[in-house]
Amino acid sequence: MTDRATPHPAPPTSHPAPPTPHAPLPPAELRARLASRLPAPARDWLDTALAGAAPAGAGEPGWRLSFAEAGRRTGPDAADDARVLLLHAAGAGPATLALLYRQGTAAERRAVLRALPHLVDGDQALDLVEDALRTNDTRLVAAALGPYGARHLPAHDWRHAVLKCLFTGVPVDSVARLAERARGDGELARMLGDFAAERGAAGRTVPPDLYRVLALTESQPAPSEES
Amino acid sequence: MRIFDPHIHMTSRTTDDYEAMRAAGVLAVVEPAFWLGQPRTSPATFYDYFDSLLGWEPFRAAQYGIAHHCTIALNPKEANDPRCLPVLEELPRYLVKDGVVAVGEIGYDSMTPAEDHALAAQLELAADHGLPALVHTPHRDKLTGLRRTLDVVRESALPVDRVLIDHLNENTVKEAKDSGAWLGFSVYPDTKMDEDRMVAVLRAHGPERVLVNSAADWGRSDPLKTRKVADAMLAAGFGEDDVDLVLWRNPVAFYGLSGRLDLTPAEAAATHEGNSILRGGE
Ligand SMILES: [Zn+2]
Repeated sequence: MTDRATPHPAPPTSHPAPPTPHAPLPPAELRARLASRLPAPARDWLDTALAGAAPAGAGEPGWRLSFAEAGRRTGPDAADDARVLLLHAAGAGPATLALLYRQGTAAERRAVLRALPHLVDGDQALDLVEDALRTNDTRLVAAALGPYGARHLPAHDWRHAVLKCLFTGVPVDSVARLAERARGDGELARMLGDFAAERGAAGRTVPPDLYRVLALTESQPAPSEES
Repeated sequence: MRIFDPHIHMTSRTTDDYEAMRAAGVLAVVEPAFWLGQPRTSPATFYDYFDSLLGWEPFRAAQYGIAHHCTIALNPKEANDPRCLPVLEELPRYLVKDGVVAVGEIGYDSMTPAEDHALAAQLELAADHGLPALVHTPHRDKLTGLRRTLDVVRESALPVDRVLIDHLNENTVKEAKDSGAWLGFSVYPDTKMDEDRMVAVLRAHGPERVLVNSAADWGRSDPLKTRKVADAMLAAGFGEDDVDLVLWRNPVAFYGLSGRLDLTPAEAAATHEGNSILRGGE
């Protein structure tokens, strides 16, 4: 199947991906924010699940069950945050994160991607980001372009990911550090120009986000503070 | 009119189908794991298929305002191939997922010892995971198949009122109803059931615990059969409440036994279009 825009670009009517925080929230803040909007039974479940995931118990498979059932326990809108908190509480490393991603539903995979900037320092988890960018699930594509992807994606892959957002209708506002990475990127500007020309030739409209990114490429790199 | 198709293989259908289903009032579907026409030869291809039922397919459905859930199982046909049996060991990690609302579809195909084993083992898995089970009756030798199926269910840890017996017809409905199971009817263009026979069954046996599905897949089938049954019911004098019971409240009640039904996409779509779709109330 070719990579193309959804034929009926009606905005998804449900489960909008929560906006990806560009600066990852510290777990304590995330937990406070989540607890304040959960009904009491869900909050109790979360407290118990997080206690069960704490490193002493993290060798046990129990917290992975909590990770799986977070959606039905906390509701679909809170599940992302609940899962990110569980990964924190368990101190999940690259191997565990990779396993949970590979054995995960789309919602679980999204939570793993969102947790990467907090839990993995190097580029060991980049293959998960690359996997998500190969999908056509816009929620996964958006999550892949969070702070971890922004930090570790090579220029070529990152440019194609930005272009994929424009193809599939992912708002570029969900791309972390967009302005910073796009600034002065002549190759990205060329790709955007070619895409706009192709759309024009086909008599189709150009997504407004394209011009926003194009404008960002035309700004000059900020003078580096280290130099 | 709000419609829940409790048995449809969307993996085999196009986006045009989703669009037409949504326009016809289908707001929720359950996609049972089954076979794909071409027999599989290794467990890994099952896992990619299950992942698709928990990833890509619900995403696709959501684009059209349709809530998508699935049932997971090793189907009886492929349970006869020893190369596929390791799938049984891997099922527990799928049965804990949020989108999985039953074990299924299980049951008999040729009524072999391998199918006996797979059916009994998967009924136990359903009981262990707090899930109901979708059990189909075989195409061939259906009445014998139904009796043998009910025997295995009664011997299992899963109460019969957490079992949906599917692909029923005029010859099997009475025994299935007497067992206390939920009753599923697949309405096909030229086999199993048609709309008018379905209406006659509803007249004779009532709408309680009855679910109607299209079972649409890669064969000759019609994803709009649920709507056609609703229209045939109304034309035959059934009230809107009966239609809502059979085509919405019964499937919601059966799969709701899992505690995992999330009808947010359907409700969001209904809100978007005013309150006409969700009238009839829970
Ligand atoms: Zn089927």
